[in-house]
Amino acid sequence: MTVLFGQLFTGISIGAVLLLIALGLALTFGQMNVINMAHGEFIMAGAYTTYVLQQSITGAGLSLVVALPVAFVVAGTMGVLLEVLLIRRLYARPLDTLLVTWGVSLILQQLARDIFGSPNVQTRAPELLTGNVALPGGLTIANNRLFILALALAAVAALTLALRLTPLGRRIRAVVQNRDLAAVSGIATSRVDRTTFFLGSGLAGLAGVALTLLGPIGPTMGTNLIIDAFLVVVVGGIGQLKGSVIVAFALGVLQATGEYLTTLSVAKVIVFVAIVAFLQWRPQGLFTLRTRSLA
Amino acid sequence: MTAVTPAPPSTAVRPAPAGAVPPGRPAGRSRLRTLAGFAFGAALLFAVAPLVLSDFRLALLAKYLCVAMVAVGIGIAWGRGGMLTLGQGVFFGLGGYAMAMHLKLAAAGPGGMPDFMQLYGQLDELPLWWRPFASPWFALPATVLLPMAVAFGLGSLVFRRRVRGAYFAILSQALAAAMVILLIGQQGTTGGTNGLTDIKGFFGYDLYDPVNQRMVYFIIAGTLLALLALTRQLIHSRYGELLVAVRDGEERVRFLGYDPASVKLVAYVVAAGMAGLAGALFVPAVGIISPALIGIVPSIEFVIGVAVGGRATLLGPVLGAVAVAWARTALSERFPGTWTYLQGLLFVVVVAFLPGGLASLWALARRRDVAAQPLWRGRLSLGRRRAERTEVPAA
Repeated sequence: MTVLFGQLFTGISIGAVLLLIALGLALTFGQMNVINMAHGEFIMAGAYTTYVLQQSITGAGLSLVVALPVAFVVAGTMGVLLEVLLIRRLYARPLDTLLVTWGVSLILQQLARDIFGSPNVQTRAPELLTGNVALPGGLTIANNRLFILALALAAVAALTLALRLTPLGRRIRAVVQNRDLAAVSGIATSRVDRTTFFLGSGLAGLAGVALTLLGPIGPTMGTNLIIDAFLVVVVGGIGQLKGSVIVAFALGVLQATGEYLTTLSVAKVIVFVAIVAFLQWRPQGLFTLRTRSLA
Repeated sequence: MTAVTPAPPSTAVRPAPAGAVPPGRPAGRSRLRTLAGFAFGAALLFAVAPLVLSDFRLALLAKYLCVAMVAVGIGIAWGRGGMLTLGQGVFFGLGGYAMAMHLKLAAAGPGGMPDFMQLYGQLDELPLWWRPFASPWFALPATVLLPMAVAFGLGSLVFRRRVRGAYFAILSQALAAAMVILLIGQQGTTGGTNGLTDIKGFFGYDLYDPVNQRMVYFIIAGTLLALLALTRQLIHSRYGELLVAVRDGEERVRFLGYDPASVKLVAYVVAAGMAGLAGALFVPAVGIISPALIGIVPSIEFVIGVAVGGRATLLGPVLGAVAVAWARTALSERFPGTWTYLQGLLFVVVVAFLPGGLASLWALARRRDVAAQPLWRGRLSLGRRRAERTEVPAA
């Protein structure tokens, strides 16, 4: 029983990391159909922001609190720059955005290497987040994992509320559902796109701050995470958040269970096969916006 | 969605009605020019290059030509078929590993085990799935058929369910990630991160002998020319026309009674076979196959050569792949950081502003009307843009 709960929580915490990364993608991929491979480098930017802030702010707890909004703005600004300079020209060619943003991610990685050096760097975690919570039954849960789970859920809640209740959220949803109709209704779709890109990229920055709690950070940290996150969005279905939330946790639990029963490498293959099988059943993902299009 | 479309016909390709528009230019002149082109290419590869280049450079060229073979396949699948495959490294790797396993077993002798298995010391005897590769009659066909089988498996599942565009690209990339993790995880039987190294012999010939290295180069050059000839026939055939039609308007093709899934599947499987063959020839040319050569990053680097050369042309992918690989060697030897910047810029500039690749510059010089249009939306993109506009708008 303890083992079962332990694996379940491991899965949920893997899922929380996935969710935090995929949330921004759900926004940019979901609304604008843009495959932003540089999203992983925005995560890296968020992580390095924490590292830089810790050079001047000595208290680990305080630096973490400061890093969250700063990383959000840093990564978001990078996202807006990318949108304005490149992606805006490529909305008609989604596959080409993938390659272009891959090029951008190569440049950003090398930039990080030149500024911070190739070796990974370590950040300090606040004492509050280094311990474990002991649960009855001999179960322990790492504090940093709990924090990431809370952060992911808070991000989902904030984003959901923003999309539901604010005028900006209403505009974003209108553009997702029918871009042309939104445009003729007087919504400045290109400005909405830019804002959405800022939010999505900013969420990547938050994910980067969270990842500093789990291990060292380095120039290529984004590349390893980004594909799993894209798979979450593909399987969850674009245009909505709830699919990504469910799928992130489902894939996390599947990964953890597979890892427990076999090995890490076999678990990855199991997850891949499960995804292909799932897409046989629902090729458009778990939840889709109903449209009358053929695609 | 599913309910709207008629059931696809059972046969993949129906015979076109008599008097269908013949593809391309007038046959006679075009054929003559193609023959002349092939003769020129053969002379360059078989006579000029071995005379001009040192043994070291020739070995490098052999490596580049292997990459070019993968590029030819990507040109078919992506340039003509519109399927952006970011996982060609998987097929390259399957071919390479199949060949390397055979060469390792041949070097170990009958009943022997490859050196690395004894090194890691977990195994007493050869694993079952290694055994068939001792026979060249199994291993050599497997270098091509194994990748084709994997591509068929994935492709038939994915294309039937109309998973396409970005979804397909991400899935193919995930396949590369899964394959690499699997290879590294099973270190005892696959060599792990090191891969299969130290391949010295090629069917009884010593690969350290420059004469034999030259022979390997000639085999590779000949294979590349053969693949180009095959590709030329393929893209000028009725099937080739259909493939482009599927790329530009999949739903229209479906409504005409064809099955786009089968059309795409053929292109994907052919591309996989070419990548497998390239991997198999890469092993004797370079002497190693490892996860670092087939993962996500090398897989996407195969694509950049194709984009630079011109994705939808016959020769563009080959020239682009060789040029990018050459530039990489030349620059990364001296300034490793600069190369990464340059490579990133190459992706950005070529794909965003010159989607037709360098081949379209040539067309640009020849046709002035094209020059009047902005580069990123003109006829240089060879119908991609137009196709997306004519598709039934989503949502």
